[in-house]
Amino acid sequence: MPFIPHTEEEVRQMLDAIGANSIDDLFDEIPSELRSFSLDRIPDGLPEMEVAQLMHERARKDSNVHCFIGAGAYDHHIPSAVWEIATRGEFYSAYTPYQAEASQGTLQLLYEYQSMMAALMAMDVSNASLYDGASALGEAILMAIRAHRKSKSKKILVPRSLHPAYRAAANTIVKNQNIELIDIPFDETTGKTSLTALNEYAGTDITALVIGQPNFFGVLDDVDELTRWAEENNAMIIAVVNPLAMSILKPPGQWGNNGADIACGEGQPLGIPLSSGGPYFGFMCATQKIVRQMPGRIIGRTVDLDGKQGFSLTLQAREQHIRRSKATSNICTNQGLMVTAATIHMSLLGAEGLARAAAASHDKHRKLVSGLSAIPGVEVKFNTPVFNETVIRLPKKSSEVLESLAADNILAGFDLADDYPELGDALLVCSTEKQSDQSIDLFIEKLEKIC
Amino acid sequence: MLIFEQSSKGRRAHAQSPATRASLDDLPSELLRDTPPLMPEVSEMQAVRHYTRLSQKNFSIDTHFYPLGSCTMKYNPRACNSLAMLPGLVDRHPYAPESHSQGFLSCMHDLQEILKEVTGMKAVSLAPMAGAQGEFAGVAMIKAYHDSRDDTARNEIIVPDAAHGTNPASAVMCGYKIKEIPTRDDGDIDVDALKQALGPQTAGIMLTNPSTVGVFERRIQEIAALVHEAGGLLYYDGANLNAILGKVRPGDMGFDVIHMNLHKTFSTPHGGGGPGAGPVGVSKRLEPFLPIPMVDHDGTAYRFVSADDRPQSIGRLSAFAGNAGILLRAYIYARLLGREGMTRVAEYSTLNANYMLKKMQAAGFEAAYPERRATHEFIITLRKEARELGVTAMDFAKRLLDYGVHAPTTYFPLLVPECFLIEPTETESIDALDSFIEAMIKIREEAETEADMVKGAPYTLPVRRLDDVKAARELDITWSPDS
Amino acid sequence: MSYIPSDLLFTSSHEWIRDEGDDTVTIGITDHAQELLGDLVFIELPEVGDTIESGGEAGVVESVKAASDVFSPVSGEVIEVNEDLADSPELVNEQAYDNGWIYKIKLADPAELDGLLNAEAYTEVVEADEH
Repeated sequence: MPFIPHTEEEVRQMLDAIGANSIDDLFDEIPSELRSFSLDRIPDGLPEMEVAQLMHERARKDSNVHCFIGAGAYDHHIPSAVWEIATRGEFYSAYTPYQAEASQGTLQLLYEYQSMMAALMAMDVSNASLYDGASALGEAILMAIRAHRKSKSKKILVPRSLHPAYRAAANTIVKNQNIELIDIPFDETTGKTSLTALNEYAGTDITALVIGQPNFFGVLDDVDELTRWAEENNAMIIAVVNPLAMSILKPPGQWGNNGADIACGEGQPLGIPLSSGGPYFGFMCATQKIVRQMPGRIIGRTVDLDGKQGFSLTLQAREQHIRRSKATSNICTNQGLMVTAATIHMSLLGAEGLARAAAASHDKHRKLVSGLSAIPGVEVKFNTPVFNETVIRLPKKSSEVLESLAADNILAGFDLADDYPELGDALLVCSTEKQSDQSIDLFIEKLEKIC
Repeated sequence: MLIFEQSSKGRRAHAQSPATRASLDDLPSELLRDTPPLMPEVSEMQAVRHYTRLSQKNFSIDTHFYPLGSCTMKYNPRACNSLAMLPGLVDRHPYAPESHSQGFLSCMHDLQEILKEVTGMKAVSLAPMAGAQGEFAGVAMIKAYHDSRDDTARNEIIVPDAAHGTNPASAVMCGYKIKEIPTRDDGDIDVDALKQALGPQTAGIMLTNPSTVGVFERRIQEIAALVHEAGGLLYYDGANLNAILGKVRPGDMGFDVIHMNLHKTFSTPHGGGGPGAGPVGVSKRLEPFLPIPMVDHDGTAYRFVSADDRPQSIGRLSAFAGNAGILLRAYIYARLLGREGMTRVAEYSTLNANYMLKKMQAAGFEAAYPERRATHEFIITLRKEARELGVTAMDFAKRLLDYGVHAPTTYFPLLVPECFLIEPTETESIDALDSFIEAMIKIREEAETEADMVKGAPYTLPVRRLDDVKAARELDITWSPDS
Repeated sequence: MSYIPSDLLFTSSHEWIRDEGDDTVTIGITDHAQELLGDLVFIELPEVGDTIESGGEAGVVESVKAASDVFSPVSGEVIEVNEDLADSPELVNEQAYDNGWIYKIKLADPAELDGLLNAEAYTEVVEADEH
């Protein structure tokens, strides 16, 4: 019986203590009609050795690809120590730190995490994480509405150049609360948010403006200009950023005149493997002024009865288990294990290591783009600076190119045709520092053959 | 000491970065960062030592008995982690084409099928990333269903007063109002109050069964009939699925939509607070509204079900495929257990809980629902001890830590004063259960003779009781060099 | 038994009201309320200039274990709020009826004061609550 330690003798002993004849008796409060069914469609249990064989076989099917896809998930180098420590039983199998005295390891780590994220974003405060970047955006929108007491419109301006899945997920979260997400188009030449389009809303009641950096296309937007526009129009600023990029790019706390109000995004580039899109973690930082409106768990430093430094969950009164229907959010979990890994990762790399990783990744991608754009018929779409990924236009149908290259195990990029038909046959291509020169050369060679 | 306080300017884990910093001359200087962020500057050895030592300050399932009611702190099999992190799976990009993802997709599809079968539901989506997201999705589907039928007068969700806080919070996020109904002294909900609360404004009811007070809702079939008759739908909070896995199926009880907590019932890691996974299962009528993505088999290969295939879907909840790595761990667990193993989960978790209940009653502790069977968990109330000895449930909880046991859930559900909600799970042996009971007896003895000592516990942990008021009043949530 | 001053008016949701005589009132939460909440950590104040309806939300008082809405017993315009509570929320615990006042309202309808409880009636509310 996997993972069940009871011997027959012990079962007898326990049933005697209970005063029951069989384990089945313990279910006698449940109506018998509810208890008859078969579970034939569930396979029999297997010993660990056989499950391992099964999983090895399945993993092999998906192996050995050359992956040039970014689009919100990036394959960066993760030091071995990160996951060896994060999967220690004391971190892996620990619960939420509600009994603070028994959880000082996790709590101190989360405090360090909060401090590192706030520093990376150049903002005052951070929470202990949300589920992922997309849902963090949804929560940021709800937070902006709560915090912006003067605005009544619940209108949020969202650039079309934001990750389409983020917009979709945020919409699922906010749509039943009379919140309107308004699309702002991008300039077709530069790929940046169109200020002209934005100015149509100048002087009207807008609750918040969302600004991505880099945006979904890898393009670097004019964040200072956009932030100042929001400041002048009394809208809150929600920044959606790549945290690794923030080690070399101007962070949200320094945008415009007063910086962003809320910064959020996907923490995956900080030590989390690709793993089919999850588990990742959403980070959220804010200004001190609106800290009480921040959803999710927050860890605070305090002292114990002897005056010794300690850490505990704080501001819990805003959360679902106390405030219930009036909570800042229904969220119960944070992504504890992922944040554990990210904190160890950030400690190992430090500011300099993160900056070198970001620069190396960007550099490798420049090599890729330079080789691809030399192919006749292949063009870089936007004439603006980008970070780590680029939109290239192809002389053939993008879905065909992808299929053809996939036959050689080259995953050539993200097909933009479905979400951005106006871009024509375009791919979003990415290379991180982990990509080998041989893989890049192979990609260029194979694409040239097709074009 | 914090990691920042061990920093020394210029220190770094040199093996983890390239030898030089690549130039960024193609990026405009006004968009570059001018000062580096304040991050730790430590060696690799220092970081490893620091975080290893922090881990040693934690209680965890791997190190301590952790009978937290409603949390299902069962053993997390190591194989679930190592096999989920195999190359091919751990480095698969979420947008890898289906042609190169059959391994991953087959695991997801199999898991959908297993969860359908064990819960008796018609369709399952693995998309929600946690229980609370599953609840949100479930209530959003109920709303989508009523909206699709132009039944827009239904603006209320009924919730028992003992419900977990995420239930009303999730319903409000979907634009609903809450109507609370009371729980009776015998642990079942008040069906007469339910009848009063039902009406044309009822969108649905959110229930847990076994309920949050640890007992089986005996009149569930009657409740289901009443709610359906009033035109409402039934939502099942799967937090206590461990009590009935393989023994009773929510689909058979009449529920229209359920969520499961894989980090409870399917033993995925609690990780110090997450990540979880909260798949949802539905009856036929809610199938069109399931969140995406889901996985299908088209006769030849596995593929993702797209937004076009499901025009009425409530939408996506995450950027990619939810907590995929967690779903893999749950799948591996399900293959290790198999059909029989799953049924034994309910049997042995229930055996352990009933044994503990009887022994604690025999030792003179007061059960909150003495006439009822324990399910996989039960409640004792320490109100007598609080009244007579001045020692509260919180004090017992803190003193238990000195005895090397993580305290059970305290003060939830809110209905029972000074309560302990105790859930041993099926993976604990009789020795662990007996030690817990002995510790409780000893603490009560201590409370009788040295109450002040108990009220000052814990004494043997890295810190003593913490000043929560100071933490909230003098908010210190970010380190700075002058703090 | 908590302290209940005889010269004030009350609500069953544990707010106190002092009639300043010039069509304005001062409002806070009672000793009983602060006892139930425990040490207060934060007070969310209404904004000066806000118009509030009787029964509407005027702010939130937050302790470690609860965050309770403060309901306005009367309709009118908020003319002053107690800024000291930003740095010293404990004033509500220590001096619920004096320096722990929360906000002042210019009454839209002075007759609304007639619907409030006097000290005797409020005493009954508290006694029922404590059982």
